Amino acid sequence: MSVLKKVLYGASALALMSGMASAEISGGVVKIGLLTDMSGAYSDVAGEGTIVAAQMAIDEFGGAIGDAKIELVSADHQNKADIAANTAREWGDTAGVDAYAELVTTSVAMAVFEVAKQQNKITLVSGAASSPLTNDACIPTGLHWTYNTRALAVGTGGAVVKEGGDSWFFLTADYAFGDALQKDVTAVVEAAGGQVVGSVKHPFPASDFSSFILQAQASGAKIVGLANAGADTINAIKAAKEFGLVAGGQKIAGLLVFLSDIHALGLDTAQGMQMTVSFYWDRDDASRAWSQKFFEKTGKMPTGVQAGTYSAVRHYLQAIKDTGSDDTDTVLAKMRETPVNDAFAQGGVLRTDGRMVHDMFLAEVKKPEESTGPWDYLKVIRTIPGEEAFGTLEESTCPTK
Amino acid sequence: MLTDLLGISPQVLFGQLLLGLINGAFYAVLSLGLAVIFGLLNIVNFAHGALYMLGAFATLGLVQFFGIGYWGALLLAPVIVGAVGIVIERLFLRRLAGVDHLYGLLLTFGLALVIEGVFVKFFGSSGISYATPRQLEGAVNLGFMVLPYYRGWVVVASLAICLATWVLFERTKIGAYLRAGTENPRLLQAFGVNVPLLTTLAYGYGVGLAAFAGVLAAPITQVNPLMGSNLIIVVFAVVVIGGMGSILGAIATGMMMGVIEGLTKVFWPEASSTVIFLVMAIVLVIRPAGLFGKTA
Repeated sequence: MSVLKKVLYGASALALMSGMASAEISGGVVKIGLLTDMSGAYSDVAGEGTIVAAQMAIDEFGGAIGDAKIELVSADHQNKADIAANTAREWGDTAGVDAYAELVTTSVAMAVFEVAKQQNKITLVSGAASSPLTNDACIPTGLHWTYNTRALAVGTGGAVVKEGGDSWFFLTADYAFGDALQKDVTAVVEAAGGQVVGSVKHPFPASDFSSFILQAQASGAKIVGLANAGADTINAIKAAKEFGLVAGGQKIAGLLVFLSDIHALGLDTAQGMQMTVSFYWDRDDASRAWSQKFFEKTGKMPTGVQAGTYSAVRHYLQAIKDTGSDDTDTVLAKMRETPVNDAFAQGGVLRTDGRMVHDMFLAEVKKPEESTGPWDYLKVIRTIPGEEAFGTLEESTCPTK
Repeated sequence: MLTDLLGISPQVLFGQLLLGLINGAFYAVLSLGLAVIFGLLNIVNFAHGALYMLGAFATLGLVQFFGIGYWGALLLAPVIVGAVGIVIERLFLRRLAGVDHLYGLLLTFGLALVIEGVFVKFFGSSGISYATPRQLEGAVNLGFMVLPYYRGWVVVASLAICLATWVLFERTKIGAYLRAGTENPRLLQAFGVNVPLLTTLAYGYGVGLAAFAGVLAAPITQVNPLMGSNLIIVVFAVVVIGGMGSILGAIATGMMMGVIEGLTKVFWPEASSTVIFLVMAIVLVIRPAGLFGKTA
């Protein structure tokens, strides 16, 4: 027997023994790798707040499951797919990371999906929005938690068409997410008998929207749909106000608007706007209590992406605790059979295509006189049942569902 | 008709031309500052975008802490940020005099990252809204487009500051010193002119111009820490196209590139962030010194 073989046998025997000692948690540590935008356009929507939220989930377990410590590592992916993929590969291959979390920006999530598929690791997507993540681009271990473009389309798009907004012009961020959002909203608008009269793709990120707003005005469409997010949405709304788009009789439909955007715009500019949200802090006692804790740590109320990160990490850890194992297939099976009940979602169901189905909410931005102070911005006007928002499993085009 | 050929209405075309000029005015002020700095310090000031952002944040700070509104900020913010620039020049840039360009570029690029990083940490990335000054609220319907009064003001103010800068450099004694400093600093020093002071002031002035553009931008775009980083690369291309260190070149090219970019936003919007670099590449091939630069 060669020396190498002896060492290998010895090592595997040791591994077996230590495995028996602390249940079946590999390396004696549960390690979650969180990749998010810490400095760019989406850092308020996701960013540092998602790290705080994930840590809050970990703290609920006292920082450990049995003997195994829970560790959180995080990195700034700068909205760049290559940085995200390289970091994930390194984390998974050499740093013992068991699961990836957050992943705002669709291109980032898709790149990490590739890595996670090869490594067979669970990926808890919160911030990326594109519905292809649980359709054509799905992977068996990729879970999409917070929302998707289809739900946004059904929520905001559906509500706007119902109120007579039957002709649309899109301002679309020129990357995978913008495309997906425009496509999903177009489907909803056309199914309801409306039509799309035009669209313009703007660079991501863009700072000046005046030219695109002018094109939207010239289109004569009743509704100008913003298929973008974060700073782009904010600047587009500001330009629309400045160039008298709304005064001229057209309406803005922000298709992905976050609480942080409303905070930045101010109620004066944002009032009356309808938006589809996965989470609003002031919805029920559980959401208020959790959000208050989050507020104490960050000085801000959480966005849906941040609350969703908490929920996904918590559900993942609960499944490890229940099964005593961090084996991907075992944990995944447990996560699917347990309903998601926490501050973020009630009766959420994790499907085999990776979609976490839960209720979404159509909300309207309050008028300044209706608001009692900072963060009191929204009133929920309709609960959109999970299956209506996300569609049925039969409708999913995920090949491995 | 040209508009028939292009398949758009004259209204849309005029509107976009005007918007192009408005954006061009921003490019002109920013590239002018860069040109001044490069002319005298031989430094490619990559911190220009961050300093432009500081100008916008100074505008916010002035109203929040001192109750000083837009018009006061238009005067004070460039002075404050210009003073910051002077500190930067004295503390850091001075040490790089005489070494390769690359060091100045790396230093200012690093400074920009640090400044922006600190602001993201404290203010977040979605930024803060700044209201349009009351006197300039509203818009006028020109028939082919609605022109907000404020945007009209931006063009007037930008052209005024550009003109003032040109007069300062071309028609005054201090301007003559500055130009002489660009040509031969040693000889100028020999005549008893305090060249290091001149250099410091020139940097302060260039930075002040960036801050001035920042104040102009505050009511239009959301004031956020990254507002300069998206703009600065384009402005650099403008300077390269116009010719490094040429004042008139920077102004004219700024306006021209604004219009070219504006038209691209209609015909091929996806390319609107790239078109200026395409022009840059073509200019570099045909006239390496830039459209208005002197060939070496």
